Order: sequence, then C-alpha cells, then structure tokens
Amino acid sequence: MTPVGIDPVSAERAAGTLAIPERAAAAAAEPRRRRLPVLSLGIIGLFVLVAILAPMLSPANPLDQSLRNRFKPPVWMEGGSTAHLLGTDRLGRDILSRIIWGSRVSLAAGVVTVLLASAFGAAVGLVAGYYGGRTDAVLMRVTDATMSFPVILLALILAVTVGPSFTNVVVAIAVILWARYARVIRGQVLTLMGLDFIAQARIAGAGAWRIITRHLLPNTLNTLVVLVTLQVGYVIIVEASLSFLGAGIPPPTPAWGSMIAEGREFVTSAWWASGLPGLAILLVVLAFNVLGDWLRDTLDPKLRQL
Amino acid sequence: MPAPVIEVRDLHTHIVTRWGTIRAVDGVSFTVGEGETLGLVGESGSGKSMTCLSVVRLIPRPAARITGGAVLLDGEDLVPKREREMQQIRGRKIAMILQDPMSSLNPVFSVGMQVREPVALYHGLRGRRLTERATALLGAVRIPSPGARLRAFPFQMSGGMRQRVVGAMAIAAPPRLLIADEPTTSLDLTIQAQYLALLQELQNRHRLAMIFITHNLGIVSRICDRVAVMYAGRIVETGPVRQIFKSPAHPYTQALLESIPRLGDRRERLTAIEGQPPDLARLPGGCAFAPRCPHVMDRCRAEVPPQFPVAPGQVSACWRHAPA
Repeated sequence: MTPVGIDPVSAERAAGTLAIPERAAAAAAEPRRRRLPVLSLGIIGLFVLVAILAPMLSPANPLDQSLRNRFKPPVWMEGGSTAHLLGTDRLGRDILSRIIWGSRVSLAAGVVTVLLASAFGAAVGLVAGYYGGRTDAVLMRVTDATMSFPVILLALILAVTVGPSFTNVVVAIAVILWARYARVIRGQVLTLMGLDFIAQARIAGAGAWRIITRHLLPNTLNTLVVLVTLQVGYVIIVEASLSFLGAGIPPPTPAWGSMIAEGREFVTSAWWASGLPGLAILLVVLAFNVLGDWLRDTLDPKLRQL
Repeated sequence: MPAPVIEVRDLHTHIVTRWGTIRAVDGVSFTVGEGETLGLVGESGSGKSMTCLSVVRLIPRPAARITGGAVLLDGEDLVPKREREMQQIRGRKIAMILQDPMSSLNPVFSVGMQVREPVALYHGLRGRRLTERATALLGAVRIPSPGARLRAFPFQMSGGMRQRVVGAMAIAAPPRLLIADEPTTSLDLTIQAQYLALLQELQNRHRLAMIFITHNLGIVSRICDRVAVMYAGRIVETGPVRQIFKSPAHPYTQALLESIPRLGDRRERLTAIEGQPPDLARLPGGCAFAPRCPHVMDRCRAEVPPQFPVAPGQVSACWRHAPA
C-alpha cells in the first residue's frame, strides 16, 4: 500500500524538464480529482453544532404538549405561525425543537456505537491476523456467526427482555457491527504480514504488542476511517428503525425514528409530523455517506467494495 | 583461533506439512568469527534462509520446529531461550537485512521515526541526542544530507536508498552478527556493488560476523571469506572461498561452478545440472544429490555421507572423499 503522491520537489523538477504536450497529455489521462465534499461536511458540522447547542437553539421545550395546537402546519403553509416554525405533532409539540433534540440521540447513537464497534472489531481483526492459525480460525468463526445475526432481532430481544433504552440500542448494534471491522481489518493485516517490514521489525526484537500497535494498526487506519464514516450513517438508520419499531429510544425522549412512527397514521393530513424528521435522517445519512465515499476514494481506492 | 561469534552445531529444523515432515535444516554446522563473512549458497529451497531464521528463532510456528542442535552466540545457546529473551537478542546482538527493499520499511512513518525507534530502544536515547544519533547512522550508510532525509517517507526513496536505511537500522546496536539474506537481488548492478562495499565497510568498522545468503556466486567470490554450499537442508561443502573456487570437491559445488559463464570461455553452452531439485518431503535415503550426480556410486544411495576433509579448511560430504 504505497501512498499515492509524488515528492513535491521532484515533481517540480520533473515538471520543469518535461515538454509541455506531454504534461497536457498526463493531465488529461489523470482522472479528475474529486473535490472536498464541502456540502457534506457543512451538513454534518451543522447537525453536530445543533446537537451540542440544543438547549440554546430549541425554541420550545420538546416535551411541552398543547392539545389545542395539534398538527399546526409549518410556517410557510396556510395556517402556520412563527410560534412553531416547522409545525406541531399530534400532541401539539414543537417539531423543530424535537428535531433539534432528536439530533442528539441520532448522532450520539451513531458515533458511540461506531466507536465501540470499530475499537473492538479492529482489535479482534488485528489479533486474528497477527497470530493466525487456531486463534484466527476461532475468532473468524465467531465473526461469521455474529455477522449472520440480524441487528433488529437482537435489539427487539433486548427491548423485550431488558426494556428499551439508549444504552440497549447502542449495545445491540455494536455487538453485531464489530464483525465487519474485524473482517476487513484482518484481511488487511494478512497482506501486511507478508511484507518485509513486519519481518524486519521482528528481527529488530519487536514483540507482538509493538508490531500490532506500531506497524499493523497505523497501516490499517485509512481503512478504519473510511469504514467508520460510512458506518455512522448506517447506524443512524438502524437506530431510527429501532425507534420506529418502539425498540429504540423510549418516548417521550425525542428521537427521529419514533417521531416518524408517531406521525405515520396522519401522513395524508399532516405530512410534516413524519416527513420532516425523515428529511433530517436523509440529510445526515446522505452527508455521512458522501463524505465516506470521498474519503475512500481519496485515501484508498482499493476499498471500492465496502 | 579466537572464539567464534556464532557457532551452529548439528542444527535440525523440521517443518510439518500436509505432504509430510520436511527436514528443512538437517544437521547443519558452521562457525563465523569476528569480522568474518560466511557465504551461504544453494538453490532456492536448499535451506539457507531456514537456517538463518532458525538462528534468530523466527521460523514459522507452529509448523516449523527446531528439533535438535545448538546455536551458540558468544558461547551462549539460543535454542532453549524463551521468546522474551530472544527479543532482547534480536536487533541488539543479531541483526538481519532482508531481500525486498520496497516493503522493508513501514510506509506510514517517516524514515526518521523508523531509524530513531531501534536507537531509542537499544540505547535509551531521547530528544536531540536521539536525532543526532539517527542522523549519524544515516550518514554511516552514505545517505546524502542525512539530517534532511530523516523527514522523508519511504515512498520518496529509491530501492537502493531504502536498503541503506534498513542497513542503518540493522547496525543501530551495533550487533555482533549480521545476517544478510540476498540484500542486493532486487538492486541494479551499480547500486549492488555500492551496497556490497558499504556492507563490508560497516562490517570492518564494527568487527561484525556476517552471514551472507545468496545464490550469486560472483558476490560470494567478492565479499566472503568462506563459503558453505547447501543442498537439501545439508551443508555439502565448506571451505575458504579461493580454495572452493579453485578446486571444488563436491560434485554439486563443481556443477554449480560449471554453470556460471566466464569471460574468455569458448564453450557454446553452459553446463546445466541434470534433473530437478529434490522433493524435500520425499528425500532419497543416502546422499540427496545422488539422483543428479554424475559420479554416483552404490554407497551414495544407501548411506548419508559424513563430511570428509579434502584440503586445509575444506570439507566435502561426498563418499568419493572417504579415506580409503
């Protein structure tokens, strides 16, 4: 895995001596560089800010009910008012405030779950790939078994037996999600193990811990970053699905998934109650996916299949 | 004669495979003294690398196992040592340079970080003094403007440069024994010559004992003091370089030397060694070279030949040299 790029000095030198037509041809042959996904970063940044500043930004208490103000439409529609910019739901709660507070749940669930899963999965992958043999066989069978288990089912079981909660959602998803990391990282470690610098490190007296932390882990970081970014979006969707099914974040805590669920019977008359939190999910997940794709293409084009 | 730095005595390394147990190293013995270079030559699969990996105890486990013999480093046997103790010996006492300069450095760290690491580890240096020492090491392997090169990444360097960096890391301790496993095979000829000169310079400066694994007999004649020729996991002939090149005793060594082209040679074709290298899982009883040997006798197929002295310092494992 050689980093793509040229020593700036030698590149300049080369540019100086190369004939112009050749340079033009080289530029044409080179695929166009993908630009930084500013919009995605902007959307993610915005939602992160909103989540952090929720108490200051939210115009109303997201839990305050007002049955007289049920299903008020957003401000730009007929009958809307500036008191509720995005309207209200079936209990008269302010949708904007609920989306703002709900971003905390979604982002926290996404980030915490992915961090837990990636840390554990990467550790398993590194150990399996480094030690190989029986250790590898056992760990990979466990990984395969884990991957074959549906996340939703596990979350439902947890919700039924222990009761739904934020912790259970995170645990349920992380307990399954790590397997992907384990697989991908192990694959990378296997290729790295065949390279001389690992052998060279051993010959220099490095032990298992040193080789794993200094040589293997840094060389898999690209992959990890890409996978983490792509998975945040996926986890947000899973968390929303669980909340939608009632196995996620228990009411009255505002969560985007449960907001969609609560509004779904009234979609024809009050689409905003389900549609606006749905739009929030769409925006965030799309932003994470685009960012992840860009990272993958920029850092390591070999990861196309992820 | 002073005590050798490394003495390998009757070393046996077996590899268990699906096709049976392979005796990759089968009773190998040799010694290398301070400032001396032993060339280890033989075909691919003859056990050269396996012998050296056994010395540093980095054979692929659990398939491979040292089943007998001793490896004495300054008189201390390494075979019974624990893995932890071996980690203290690797790098500090025995260093090794491998074949492929393209992958022998970690691609994500700068050269400086990688050269500093063993220096910090072996000498406990930090900060400015560490950087000075690392710079000095790069200078010692003739890397131009070493201070600036510390910040370079491996992908910004040529193969020859990288191999120099590996050399710098190998002499960081400096070690007692340096094992070079075909370090120049992937370098072009001029760089190869420079690198060999560099290795000799480092060896002289630190009085290193050196084992040079190669199948290039030209390199052996240039830099080695003694040669050990390996065939099917055994050393079939050992002796001083000039002696071996002048009058090779073992039929395999003779055949090897016959197959090199020489200047002024009028032959149309080079002599090739008949037959195939042996299948190590199904070695014939007796001498492993017997099926390809032009001088084969009945005894060769029945008994493994021990080593017989043929000249001062030269021994050959061939029944033809058995005292009558």
